[in-house]
Amino acid sequence: MNAWLLIVLCGVVTFAIRLSFIAAEGKVTFPPGFRRLLTFVPVATLTALVIPDLLMPQGTWWLAWDNARLMAGLAAIAIAATTRSVLWTLAGGFVVLGVWS
Amino acid sequence: MLAVAPLLIGVMPFGMIYGALALSQGLSPAAALAMSTILFAGSAQFLFCQLFGAGAPALVIVAEVGLLNLRHALYSAALAPHIAQLPRRWKLALAYLLTDEAYATIARREASGEASGEASDPHRHWFYLGAGLGLWGSWQLSTVVGVLLGARLPVDWPLDFALPLTFIAIVVPLIRNRTMLAVAAVSGIVALLLAGLPFKLGLLVAALVGMAVGWWLAGSVR
Repeated sequence: MNAWLLIVLCGVVTFAIRLSFIAAEGKVTFPPGFRRLLTFVPVATLTALVIPDLLMPQGTWWLAWDNARLMAGLAAIAIAATTRSVLWTLAGGFVVLGVWS
Repeated sequence: MLAVAPLLIGVMPFGMIYGALALSQGLSPAAALAMSTILFAGSAQFLFCQLFGAGAPALVIVAEVGLLNLRHALYSAALAPHIAQLPRRWKLALAYLLTDEAYATIARREASGEASGEASDPHRHWFYLGAGLGLWGSWQLSTVVGVLLGARLPVDWPLDFALPLTFIAIVVPLIRNRTMLAVAAVSGIVALLLAGLPFKLGLLVAALVGMAVGWWLAGSVR
Protein backbone atom coordinates (compact mmCIF):
# COMPACT_ATOMS: atom_id res chain seq x y z
CA MET A 1 0.00 0.00 0.00
CA ASN A 2 1.03 3.58 -0.64
CA ALA A 3 3.11 5.06 2.20
CA TRP A 4 1.00 8.25 2.23
CA LEU A 5 -2.26 6.39 2.63
CA LEU A 6 -0.74 4.34 5.46
CA ILE A 7 0.45 7.48 7.23
CA VAL A 8 -3.02 9.04 7.00
CA LEU A 9 -4.66 5.81 8.27
CA CYS A 10 -2.30 5.60 11.23
CA GLY A 11 -2.89 9.29 11.91
CA VAL A 12 -6.68 8.85 11.94
CA VAL A 13 -6.46 5.86 14.29
CA THR A 14 -4.10 7.72 16.64
CA PHE A 15 -6.26 10.87 16.68
CA ALA A 16 -9.37 8.78 17.40
CA ILE A 17 -7.61 7.15 20.38
CA ARG A 18 -6.49 10.53 21.73
CA LEU A 19 -9.96 12.02 21.30
CA SER A 20 -11.82 8.97 22.69
CA PHE A 21 -12.32 9.87 26.35
CA ILE A 22 -12.22 13.63 25.75
CA ALA A 23 -15.20 13.32 23.35
CA ALA A 24 -17.03 10.75 25.46
CA GLU A 25 -16.74 12.68 28.75
CA GLY A 26 -20.20 13.13 30.27
CA LYS A 27 -21.92 11.20 27.45
CA VAL A 28 -20.81 7.61 27.92
CA THR A 29 -20.11 5.81 31.19
CA PHE A 30 -17.49 3.08 31.08
CA PRO A 31 -17.50 0.04 33.35
CA PRO A 32 -15.14 0.63 36.32
CA GLY A 33 -12.86 -2.23 35.27
CA PHE A 34 -12.21 -0.56 31.93
CA ARG A 35 -10.10 2.27 33.32
CA ARG A 36 -8.22 -0.23 35.45
CA LEU A 37 -7.37 -2.17 32.31
CA LEU A 38 -6.13 1.04 30.65
CA THR A 39 -3.58 1.71 33.41
CA PHE A 40 -1.66 -1.39 32.28
CA VAL A 41 -1.51 -0.43 28.61
CA PRO A 42 1.78 1.55 28.61
CA VAL A 43 3.80 -1.03 30.58
CA ALA A 44 2.35 -4.02 28.68
CA THR A 45 2.84 -2.64 25.15
CA LEU A 46 6.21 -0.96 25.64
CA THR A 47 7.80 -3.86 27.55
CA ALA A 48 6.62 -6.32 24.90
CA LEU A 49 8.44 -4.21 22.31
CA VAL A 50 11.65 -3.67 24.27
CA ILE A 51 12.50 -7.11 25.71
CA PRO A 52 12.91 -8.97 22.37
CA ASP A 53 15.00 -6.05 21.06
CA LEU A 54 17.46 -6.60 23.92
CA LEU A 55 17.54 -10.40 24.21
CA MET A 56 17.03 -11.29 20.53
CA PRO A 57 18.54 -8.39 18.59
CA GLN A 58 19.08 -10.63 15.55
CA GLY A 59 16.00 -12.78 15.92
CA THR A 60 17.55 -15.54 18.04
CA TRP A 61 18.46 -15.81 21.72
CA TRP A 62 21.61 -13.91 22.58
CA LEU A 63 22.05 -14.02 26.34
CA ALA A 64 25.76 -13.24 26.60
CA TRP A 65 28.23 -10.61 27.78
CA ASP A 66 29.07 -9.61 24.23
CA ASN A 67 25.44 -8.69 23.42
CA ALA A 68 25.96 -4.91 23.37
CA ARG A 69 22.22 -4.14 23.08
CA LEU A 70 21.47 -6.18 26.19
CA MET A 71 24.21 -4.41 28.16
CA ALA A 72 23.11 -0.98 26.90
CA GLY A 73 19.50 -1.83 27.76
CA LEU A 74 20.40 -2.89 31.30
CA ALA A 75 22.39 0.33 31.74
CA ALA A 76 19.41 2.32 30.41
CA ILE A 77 17.07 0.62 32.90
CA ALA A 78 19.40 1.62 35.75
CA ILE A 79 19.68 5.19 34.45
CA ALA A 80 15.91 5.50 33.94
CA ALA A 81 15.26 4.22 37.47
CA THR A 82 17.61 6.78 39.04
CA THR A 83 17.25 9.88 36.82
CA ARG A 84 13.71 9.38 35.37
CA SER A 85 14.99 11.36 32.40
CA VAL A 86 14.42 10.33 28.77
CA LEU A 87 17.40 12.39 27.63
CA TRP A 88 19.89 10.82 30.07
CA THR A 89 18.54 7.34 29.35
CA LEU A 90 19.02 7.86 25.61
CA ALA A 91 22.50 9.34 26.06
CA GLY A 92 23.68 6.65 28.52
CA GLY A 93 22.22 3.81 26.46
CA PHE A 94 23.94 4.96 23.28
CA VAL A 95 27.26 5.50 25.06
CA VAL A 96 27.22 1.95 26.50
CA LEU A 97 26.17 0.55 23.12
CA GLY A 98 29.05 2.35 21.43
CA VAL A 99 31.66 1.37 24.03
CA TRP A 100 30.54 -2.28 24.22
CA SER A 101 30.36 -3.08 20.51
CA MET B 1 6.71 27.59 28.90
CA LEU B 2 9.32 26.84 31.55
CA ALA B 3 7.44 23.68 32.49
CA VAL B 4 8.09 22.10 29.09
CA ALA B 5 11.57 23.52 28.38
CA PRO B 6 13.47 20.36 29.45
CA LEU B 7 11.09 18.23 27.36
CA LEU B 8 11.49 20.48 24.31
CA ILE B 9 15.22 19.86 24.45
CA GLY B 10 14.60 16.17 25.17
CA VAL B 11 12.51 15.55 22.05
CA MET B 12 14.98 17.29 19.71
CA PRO B 13 17.56 14.47 19.40
CA PHE B 14 14.70 11.98 19.17
CA GLY B 15 13.11 13.90 16.29
CA MET B 16 16.43 14.13 14.49
CA ILE B 17 17.01 10.40 14.84
CA TYR B 18 13.48 9.76 13.55
CA GLY B 19 14.09 11.91 10.46
CA ALA B 20 17.30 10.04 9.64
CA LEU B 21 15.72 6.62 10.32
CA ALA B 22 12.70 7.35 8.11
CA LEU B 23 14.97 8.01 5.11
CA SER B 24 17.04 4.89 5.80
CA GLN B 25 13.85 2.76 5.77
CA GLY B 26 12.83 3.98 2.33
CA LEU B 27 10.42 6.83 3.09
CA SER B 28 10.68 10.01 1.04
CA PRO B 29 11.67 13.24 2.86
CA ALA B 30 8.17 14.63 2.23
CA ALA B 31 6.50 11.52 3.69
CA ALA B 32 8.84 11.62 6.71
CA LEU B 33 7.87 15.24 7.43
CA ALA B 34 4.17 14.59 6.78
CA MET B 35 4.20 11.71 9.26
CA SER B 36 5.48 14.07 11.97
CA THR B 37 2.54 16.42 11.42
CA ILE B 38 -0.19 13.83 10.73
CA LEU B 39 0.76 11.18 13.29
CA PHE B 40 2.70 13.34 15.79
CA ALA B 41 3.71 10.34 17.93
CA GLY B 42 7.45 9.69 18.11
CA SER B 43 7.50 6.05 19.18
CA ALA B 44 4.74 5.07 16.71
CA GLN B 45 6.66 6.85 13.93
CA PHE B 46 9.75 4.77 14.76
CA LEU B 47 7.70 1.57 14.73
CA PHE B 48 6.05 2.60 11.45
CA CYS B 49 9.47 3.09 9.83
CA GLN B 50 10.79 -0.28 11.03
CA LEU B 51 7.70 -2.19 9.84
CA PHE B 52 7.54 -0.25 6.57
CA GLY B 53 11.22 -0.95 5.95
CA ALA B 54 10.62 -4.67 6.64
CA GLY B 55 7.76 -4.73 4.11
CA ALA B 56 5.00 -5.50 6.63
CA PRO B 57 1.41 -5.64 5.30
CA ALA B 58 -0.65 -2.45 5.70
CA LEU B 59 -3.10 -4.01 8.15
CA VAL B 60 -0.24 -5.12 10.43
CA ILE B 61 1.28 -1.63 10.44
CA VAL B 62 -2.02 0.09 11.28
CA ALA B 63 -2.87 -2.49 13.99
CA GLU B 64 0.51 -2.25 15.71
CA VAL B 65 0.65 1.54 15.54
CA GLY B 66 -2.86 1.56 17.00
CA LEU B 67 -1.87 -0.81 19.80
CA LEU B 68 1.25 1.18 20.60
CA ASN B 69 -0.79 4.39 20.78
CA LEU B 70 -3.57 2.78 22.82
CA ARG B 71 -1.87 4.21 25.91
CA HIS B 72 -3.05 7.64 24.73
CA ALA B 73 -6.58 6.55 25.66
CA LEU B 74 -5.31 6.59 29.24
CA TYR B 75 -4.04 10.15 28.79
CA SER B 76 -7.33 11.11 27.12
CA ALA B 77 -9.23 9.78 30.13
CA ALA B 78 -6.99 11.74 32.50
CA LEU B 79 -7.38 15.04 30.61
CA ALA B 80 -11.10 14.68 29.80
CA PRO B 81 -12.63 15.93 33.09
CA HIS B 82 -10.40 19.04 33.09
CA ILE B 83 -11.50 20.24 29.67
CA ALA B 84 -15.13 19.02 29.70
CA GLN B 85 -16.50 22.61 29.65
CA LEU B 86 -14.43 23.82 26.69
CA PRO B 87 -15.80 24.32 23.14
CA ARG B 88 -15.37 21.49 20.65
CA ARG B 89 -12.52 23.16 18.73
CA TRP B 90 -10.46 23.25 21.93
CA LYS B 91 -11.13 19.57 22.58
CA LEU B 92 -10.09 18.64 19.03
CA ALA B 93 -6.90 20.72 19.26
CA LEU B 94 -5.89 19.38 22.68
CA ALA B 95 -6.61 15.79 21.59
CA TYR B 96 -4.35 16.25 18.55
CA LEU B 97 -1.55 17.61 20.75
CA LEU B 98 -1.84 14.86 23.39
CA THR B 99 1.50 12.99 23.60
CA ASP B 100 3.53 11.20 26.28
CA GLU B 101 5.41 14.41 27.01
CA ALA B 102 2.30 16.64 27.06
CA TYR B 103 0.58 14.21 29.42
CA ALA B 104 3.65 14.13 31.71
CA THR B 105 3.66 17.95 31.84
CA ILE B 106 -0.06 18.18 32.55
CA ALA B 107 0.06 15.45 35.20
CA ARG B 108 2.94 17.19 36.96
CA ARG B 109 1.10 20.53 36.94
CA GLU B 110 -2.11 18.97 38.21
CA ALA B 111 -0.19 17.32 41.05
CA SER B 112 1.50 20.58 42.09
CA GLY B 113 -1.72 22.57 41.59
CA GLU B 114 -3.66 20.27 43.88
CA ALA B 115 -0.92 20.55 46.48
CA SER B 116 -1.14 24.37 46.47
CA GLY B 117 -4.94 24.54 46.08
CA GLU B 118 -4.92 26.00 42.54
CA ALA B 119 -6.45 23.00 40.81
CA SER B 120 -9.40 25.05 39.51
CA ASP B 121 -7.37 27.65 37.56
CA PRO B 122 -9.83 28.78 34.82
CA HIS B 123 -7.04 29.56 32.32
CA ARG B 124 -5.18 26.29 32.48
CA HIS B 125 -6.36 25.16 29.05
CA TRP B 126 -4.01 27.87 27.73
CA PHE B 127 -1.22 26.13 29.63
CA TYR B 128 -2.18 22.80 27.99
CA LEU B 129 -2.24 24.47 24.57
CA GLY B 130 1.12 26.20 25.12
CA ALA B 131 2.79 23.00 26.30
CA GLY B 132 1.35 21.03 23.37
CA LEU B 133 2.30 23.63 20.75
CA GLY B 134 5.82 23.95 22.15
CA LEU B 135 6.32 20.19 21.89
CA TRP B 136 4.73 20.16 18.44
CA GLY B 137 7.04 22.90 17.15
CA SER B 138 10.22 21.29 18.44
CA TRP B 139 9.14 17.92 17.02
CA GLN B 140 8.56 19.36 13.51
CA LEU B 141 11.77 21.37 13.61
CA SER B 142 13.92 18.45 14.75
CA THR B 143 12.36 16.19 12.10
CA VAL B 144 13.42 18.67 9.42
CA VAL B 145 16.97 18.70 10.83
CA GLY B 146 17.02 14.88 10.93
CA VAL B 147 15.81 14.60 7.32
CA LEU B 148 18.46 17.12 6.19
CA LEU B 149 21.26 15.38 8.11
CA GLY B 150 19.98 11.85 7.51
CA ALA B 151 21.52 11.39 4.09
CA ARG B 152 24.96 12.29 5.46
CA LEU B 153 24.99 9.86 8.40
CA PRO B 154 26.91 6.57 8.11
CA VAL B 155 24.43 3.75 7.38
CA ASP B 156 25.77 1.46 10.12
CA TRP B 157 24.77 3.81 12.95
CA PRO B 158 22.28 1.92 15.16
CA LEU B 159 19.66 4.71 15.10
CA ASP B 160 16.82 2.25 15.64
CA PHE B 161 18.10 1.65 19.18
CA ALA B 162 16.61 5.02 20.18
CA LEU B 163 13.20 3.30 20.19
CA PRO B 164 13.83 0.71 22.95
CA LEU B 165 15.83 3.26 24.94
CA THR B 166 12.94 5.73 24.92
CA PHE B 167 10.48 3.02 25.93
CA ILE B 168 12.74 2.03 28.81
CA ALA B 169 12.75 5.68 29.94
CA ILE B 170 8.92 5.74 29.87
CA VAL B 171 8.25 2.30 31.39
CA VAL B 172 10.76 2.07 34.25
CA PRO B 173 9.30 4.99 36.26
CA LEU B 174 5.80 3.48 35.81
CA ILE B 175 6.77 0.22 37.56
CA ARG B 176 5.99 1.32 41.10
CA ASN B 177 4.30 -1.80 42.49
CA ARG B 178 4.25 -5.57 42.17
CA THR B 179 1.25 -5.63 39.85
CA MET B 180 3.04 -3.41 37.30
CA LEU B 181 6.18 -5.52 37.67
CA ALA B 182 4.12 -8.65 36.95
CA VAL B 183 2.56 -6.99 33.87
CA ALA B 184 6.04 -6.11 32.60
CA ALA B 185 7.40 -9.61 33.29
CA VAL B 186 4.49 -11.42 31.62
CA SER B 187 4.47 -9.12 28.56
CA GLY B 188 8.22 -9.49 28.16
CA ILE B 189 8.22 -13.29 28.49
CA VAL B 190 5.29 -13.79 26.10
CA ALA B 191 6.94 -11.42 23.61
CA LEU B 192 10.11 -13.53 23.77
CA LEU B 193 8.20 -16.79 23.32
CA LEU B 194 6.34 -15.42 20.30
CA ALA B 195 9.28 -13.54 18.79
CA GLY B 196 9.35 -16.01 15.91
CA LEU B 197 6.09 -14.64 14.49
CA PRO B 198 6.56 -12.30 11.52
CA PHE B 199 6.30 -8.49 11.71
CA LYS B 200 6.33 -8.33 15.51
CA LEU B 201 2.85 -9.89 15.68
CA GLY B 202 3.89 -11.51 18.98
CA LEU B 203 3.89 -7.98 20.37
CA LEU B 204 0.11 -7.74 19.94
CA VAL B 205 -0.51 -11.00 21.83
CA ALA B 206 2.10 -10.26 24.52
CA ALA B 207 0.65 -6.82 25.29
CA LEU B 208 -2.90 -8.18 25.54
CA VAL B 209 -1.83 -11.06 27.83
CA GLY B 210 0.13 -8.63 30.03
CA MET B 211 -2.89 -6.31 30.34
CA ALA B 212 -5.17 -9.24 31.19
CA VAL B 213 -2.78 -10.42 33.91
CA GLY B 214 -2.60 -6.93 35.42
CA TRP B 215 -6.38 -6.58 35.33
CA TRP B 216 -6.80 -9.95 36.99
CA LEU B 217 -4.15 -9.26 39.67
CA ALA B 218 -5.54 -5.81 40.51
CA GLY B 219 -9.03 -7.25 40.75
CA SER B 220 -8.02 -10.04 43.09
CA VAL B 221 -6.30 -7.58 45.46
CA ARG B 222 -9.47 -5.51 46.01
